[in-house]
Amino acid sequence: MSSEDVLNPKRMPHDPEKATLEGRNKFLGFWFFLGGETVLFASLFGTYLALNGSTQGENTPEHLFGLELVFIMTMLLLTSSLTSVYAMYHMKNHDFRKMQMWLGVTVLLGLCFLGMEVYEFYHYIHEYGFTFRSSAFGSAFYTLVGFHGGHVLFGLSWIVALMIRNQKRGLNLYNAPKFYIASLYWHFIDVVWVFIFTVVYLMGKVG
Amino acid sequence: MRGWMGKFRSLFLFGALTMLLTGCGIENISALKPKGYGSELLFDLMLISIAIMIFVFVIVMAIYAFVLLRYREKKGQEHIVPKQTEGNKALEVIWTVIPIILLLVLAIPTVQATFDLADQSTQGDEGVLTVDVTGNQYWWQFDYADQEISTSQEIYIPTNERVYLNMKASDVIHSFWVPAIAGKMDTIPGENMNTMYLEAYEEGVYEGFCAELCGPSHSLMYFKVIAVSPEEFDQWVEDMQNIDPEATPETQTAQTGQELFNNNCMSCHAIGGASAGVGPNLGNFANREKIAGILQPSKENLVDWIVHPDEIKPGNQMPAELVSEEDAAKIADYLLELDHSDVGNDLEMQSVEE
Amino acid sequence: MSTAVAQKRGLGAVIWDYLTTVDHKKIAHLYLVSGGLFFLIGGLEAMIIRIQLMKPDNDFISAGLYNEMITMHGTTMIFLAAMPLIFAIMNAVVPLQIGARDVAFPFLNSLGFWLFLFGGLLLNVSWFTGGAPDAGWTNYAPLSTTSPGHGVDYYVMGLQISGAGTLIGGINFLVTIVNMRAPGMTYMRMPLFTWSVFVTSTLILFAFPALTVGLFLMMFDRMFGSAFFDVGLGGNAIIWEHLFWIFGHPEVYILILPLFGAFSDIFSTFSKKRLFGYSAMVFATVLIGFLGFMVWAHHMFTVGMGPIANSIFAVATMAIAVPTGIKIFNWLFTMWGGQIRMTAAMLWSIAFIPSFTIGGMTGVMLAAAAADFQYHDTYFVVGHFHYVIVGGVAFGLFASLHYWWPKMFGKVLNEKLGKLAFWPFFIGFHLTFFIQHFLGLMGMPRRYWVFLEGQGLATGNLISTIGAFLMAIGTIIFLINIVYTAVKEKKADADPWEHGRTLEWAIPSPPPHYNFVQTPLVRGLDPLWVEKMDGKEGMTPAEPLGDIHMPNASILPFTISLGTFIAGFGFIYQVDDPIWLIAVFAGMGLTLGSMLTRSLKDDLGHHIHKEELEEDIKKGVGK
Repeated sequence: MSSEDVLNPKRMPHDPEKATLEGRNKFLGFWFFLGGETVLFASLFGTYLALNGSTQGENTPEHLFGLELVFIMTMLLLTSSLTSVYAMYHMKNHDFRKMQMWLGVTVLLGLCFLGMEVYEFYHYIHEYGFTFRSSAFGSAFYTLVGFHGGHVLFGLSWIVALMIRNQKRGLNLYNAPKFYIASLYWHFIDVVWVFIFTVVYLMGKVG
Repeated sequence: MRGWMGKFRSLFLFGALTMLLTGCGIENISALKPKGYGSELLFDLMLISIAIMIFVFVIVMAIYAFVLLRYREKKGQEHIVPKQTEGNKALEVIWTVIPIILLLVLAIPTVQATFDLADQSTQGDEGVLTVDVTGNQYWWQFDYADQEISTSQEIYIPTNERVYLNMKASDVIHSFWVPAIAGKMDTIPGENMNTMYLEAYEEGVYEGFCAELCGPSHSLMYFKVIAVSPEEFDQWVEDMQNIDPEATPETQTAQTGQELFNNNCMSCHAIGGASAGVGPNLGNFANREKIAGILQPSKENLVDWIVHPDEIKPGNQMPAELVSEEDAAKIADYLLELDHSDVGNDLEMQSVEE
Repeated sequence: MSTAVAQKRGLGAVIWDYLTTVDHKKIAHLYLVSGGLFFLIGGLEAMIIRIQLMKPDNDFISAGLYNEMITMHGTTMIFLAAMPLIFAIMNAVVPLQIGARDVAFPFLNSLGFWLFLFGGLLLNVSWFTGGAPDAGWTNYAPLSTTSPGHGVDYYVMGLQISGAGTLIGGINFLVTIVNMRAPGMTYMRMPLFTWSVFVTSTLILFAFPALTVGLFLMMFDRMFGSAFFDVGLGGNAIIWEHLFWIFGHPEVYILILPLFGAFSDIFSTFSKKRLFGYSAMVFATVLIGFLGFMVWAHHMFTVGMGPIANSIFAVATMAIAVPTGIKIFNWLFTMWGGQIRMTAAMLWSIAFIPSFTIGGMTGVMLAAAAADFQYHDTYFVVGHFHYVIVGGVAFGLFASLHYWWPKMFGKVLNEKLGKLAFWPFFIGFHLTFFIQHFLGLMGMPRRYWVFLEGQGLATGNLISTIGAFLMAIGTIIFLINIVYTAVKEKKADADPWEHGRTLEWAIPSPPPHYNFVQTPLVRGLDPLWVEKMDGKEGMTPAEPLGDIHMPNASILPFTISLGTFIAGFGFIYQVDDPIWLIAVFAGMGLTLGSMLTRSLKDDLGHHIHKEELEEDIKKGVGK
C-alpha cells in the first residue's frame, strides 16, 4: 500500500471513508469522541436543569423565550443535517462537485443559524438585560447554548477548511474520511440542538 | 434493631472486637467509645462490617499463605511445566455467591441504620427541641429559635432526648461532627438545609469537629456539645433568656471594658438575645470551655486573641489590632464576667498526657 | 540499531527526536520520566505533610501552606504521577501485546503526552507565582470559588489541559485495541493487561468530560463572573461535587484497573501457568468498570441526599466488592499448583494481595452509608484510599516497571536492589497508613493542619510519620537501582523472564521502532506460550516480509500544547489586567494554527523498505 495507491481516485471503493486502516481508525475514533461529547453535553444539561429555576425572580425562561425564532433556527439546522447527508451520498458516488455543492448549502444554513443565535443573545442582553452574570440561570443558559454555538462555529470552520483545501484535487482515500467525520460531527451538533430545543425552549415555555 | 445487634455483641468475636476497639481513643472524643444513640448504632454497624471483613480476610490469607509456602519453585525444578488449568466453574460460583450473601448481611443493617438516622418523625412535636446550626469560618452558631436564645461554640442539650439540628453554613461548606454522640453532617451555604439529631446518654462535655476543609483554620474549628440533665437544661435556658446585655459589670475595669466592647465589637458580636450576627454571640462567654474553640480560658489568652486573632486562627474574619492591649485587657475583664449560668460548670473534658 | 544511531547524533538531535516523536515506545519513555518527576514532587509534598503532623501543635509549616501541600499532593499524585506512569506502561506494552506496529493515532498519542505535560507544568508553576491551589484536590465550591489569589485558577487551567490529553489518550487506546490487533488476536485471546486498558480507556472516555464541564463552570465562576456556585445569585455548590465525583469515582478505577491487568500477567508469568478463570477475570474487569459509574455519590453520604439515595448508592458500592473478590481469588488460584518464582516484580505483586484486600475491606465498611457518617472525611478515609492507591496502584507500578523494564530499556532492573527497595517501602507503607484508620475513628478529621495535645493522637501520628520516611528510603533505593542498572547490567534477551507468554516477549528488548518485522499470527491465549509448547522458537508470521508503513514525526503536538500553556496564563491573569488577553489570543492562535496546519497538510507517513528490514534481520532483529 504505497502513497500513490492511496491517492488514486479512479479506483475508489464504495465506502471511501472506510477503505483504509487510517480511515477506519478515524471513523471509529470519532464515534468514541462523540460518546465523550455526549457526556459533556449531558453534564451541561444536568447543570442547566439544576439551575433553570434560579432566576432571582426576574427574566424567567417563560418571560424570555420566543418560540418563533427558535423554531426557524431548528428548521435551519435540521435541513442542514439533511443537506450534509446529500453531500455524503455524493461522496459515496464519487461525485466531488456535487458533494462540494451540498456541503456549501450546509455551511450556508449553518451560518444563518449562527447569525440568528447571535441575534437572539444580543436581544436578551439589550432588551432584557439578561446576561451571563445576572443569575445562576443566566450562567447555565448561556453556557449550555453557547457551548452548542461554539460547536457549530467549529464545525463550520472545519467543513470550510476541508472544502477549500481539497477544492482543486478532488476526492481521494486520504481525505474522504475527513469529509465523512466532519459530516458526522455536524449530525451530532444537530441532535444536541434538538435536545436544547426541547429541554431549554419548549420546557422553558411550557414549564 | 438495636436489640438484636446488642445481643450479637455478646458473641465471642464481637466481644473481643469491642474490647479491642474501645481501647482506642479518649472518652467523649472517640467514635470507638460511643456515648449516644447515633454513635452506638454506628459502632454496632462497624462491628458487623469488621467481623464480616475479618472473616473474608482470614480465608484469603489462609489460601495465600498455603499457596506461597507450597508452590514456590525449588532448585532443580526449573524445567517443570505445571498443568495449565483453565479455571473451575464451581469455584467461580462459590466465590461469587458467598460474597453476595455476606454483603446482603451487611446491607440490611446498613439500610436500616441509614433510615433510622434520617428519621425526622418527631421533629416539631411538643417539647422536642430543634436547634439551628450555622457553620461559619471558623466558628459555630447555635440558635434555639423557640427559646429565643442563641449561643456559639458550645451547644447545650438535654440528655436522653432527641435534639434535632437544622444545619446550614454562611460561607463555605463545613461539616458538623461529634464522634462520641453521633456521626456527621455537612452544613452547606444556600438553600440546602440538612437535618440530623443528637441524643446523648450521659452528661458530659463532648468534642466536636469541623470535618470538611473550609480554609486555613479548618483544623481549629472545634466546638463542644454539653449534655446536661433535662432539668438543668431548662434552668440553663432560663438563665440564658435572662441575660441583660445592658447589665453593669462589677469592677471598674470591666465597666470600661463594656463601654469599649459596645463601641468596638458590637457591630459584629452580640450579648444575649437570639441574634445570628457576623461574629459569635458572647452572652455566656465566661462559661465557655475554650476561647475561640482552642485556647484555655485565661485572661492572658483572651487578650492575645482579641489583639492578634489572625495569629491564632489564620484567615479568620476578626480584625487584628482593632484595640490596644490595655483596652483589650479591659474588654477581657468584662467578657470574663459574663457568667450567667452554673449549669454544666461541673463537667469537664477528659484529656490525656502523652 | 536506533540507540547506536542516537549515540552518534548530538544531544540536540536526541531532544528534537523526543520532541517530535510519534513512536509509542518513545512516548512511553516521556511519560515515564515526567510522571516519575511529578511522583517525586508529590512524594516530597507528602513528606512535608507527615513532618508537620509528626507531633501535636506543630508549626513546621503555616496553615495556608499546609492546605496548598495537601491539595498539590493529591492532585499531583493522581493526575500527574499515577495517570502518566500508567500511560507509560500502556504505551510501552499494549501495541506489543496485540501485535501492532504502533497505536491507531500516533500523532494524537504525542499530542496527549504534551498536553498532559504542559498542564502539569502549568499547575506546578503556581508554587512560584504567589501560591498553589489550596482547596483540596476535590476543590469543593464555594471554598474554591472564593479562594483568594490565583492558586485555584492554576488548578482549573492545569487540569483542563492535562485532562484533554488524557481523554485523547483514552480514545487512542480504544481504537488501537479494536482495530489494530494482529490476525488471530480475538478479544478473548487478549492478555488481561490489554483488556484492562480497554476498559480503562472506556472509563476515561465517559468520565473525563464530566470533569471538563466542572472545570469550565469553575473557570467561568472564577474568571468571568458567572454564578454556578454562587449561592448569592441562586447558584448551587453541590453541582460541583456531583460533577467532580461522576468523574472522580471512575477515576479511581481508571487508576487501578490497568494494574489489575498487569498483576494478572505477572502472576501468570511467574507461576508458569495460564491465568486461572480468564473469562471470569475479563467479566469482572468489565463489571467493575460498569459499576464504577453507578456509585459516585458514595463520596457524598454526608451531603444530605436523604436515606433513599444513600441506601441505593451504599448497596451499589458494596456490589463492586463481588467482582473484586472474584479477581483476588482467581489470582490466588493462578498461583495454586504453579511454580512460583519470586522475582522483584512478583514480590511487589505478592505484597499487593493482602494490602489491597485490606483496602477493599475498608472500602466495604465505607460503603455502609450510615457508618460513613463516622468515617467520612477522617483519617479512616485517608487510610482507606492510600491502601488502595499505594497498595494497589503504586505497588502495581513498581511491579510493572520491574516486569517490563527490559522491554522498555533493554536491561533487567537489578533484582537484589529491587528487593532491597521493596522491604522498607512495604513495611513503611503499612506503618504509615494502617494506624490512620484508628486515628480517624479516634477523632482526627482529614486535612487537619494540626491536632491538639491531649487528644490521644500523638503516638499514632508519630508512627505514621516514621513509616513515611521508610517509604521514602524505599523509593530512593529504587532510583539508585535505575542508575545502577543503566550503568552495570548487561543487555537483556527478547524473553528475559524465560517464561514470557505474551507477544511482547517474542521481539527484541527493546523492540525495533516498527516492533514486528512481520505481523505475527496468533493461535491462542498466551500466543508465545502456545508456540513454545509446540516447540517453536518464535511466532509464525501472518504476512510475507514486505515494506512497512510508518507515521512521520511531527513538532505540531508540541506547539499545540505549548499554545494552550501560554493561553492558560492569559486566562488566569486577564482578571487582573486585560493586557493578558494578548497571551490568550497568542496561545490560542498557536494552538488553532497548529491544528489547522495538521488538518490541511497531508501526512502520509513513510515506508521502511524490505531491503532495510533484511539488513536488520541479519543484525539479529528477526529473532
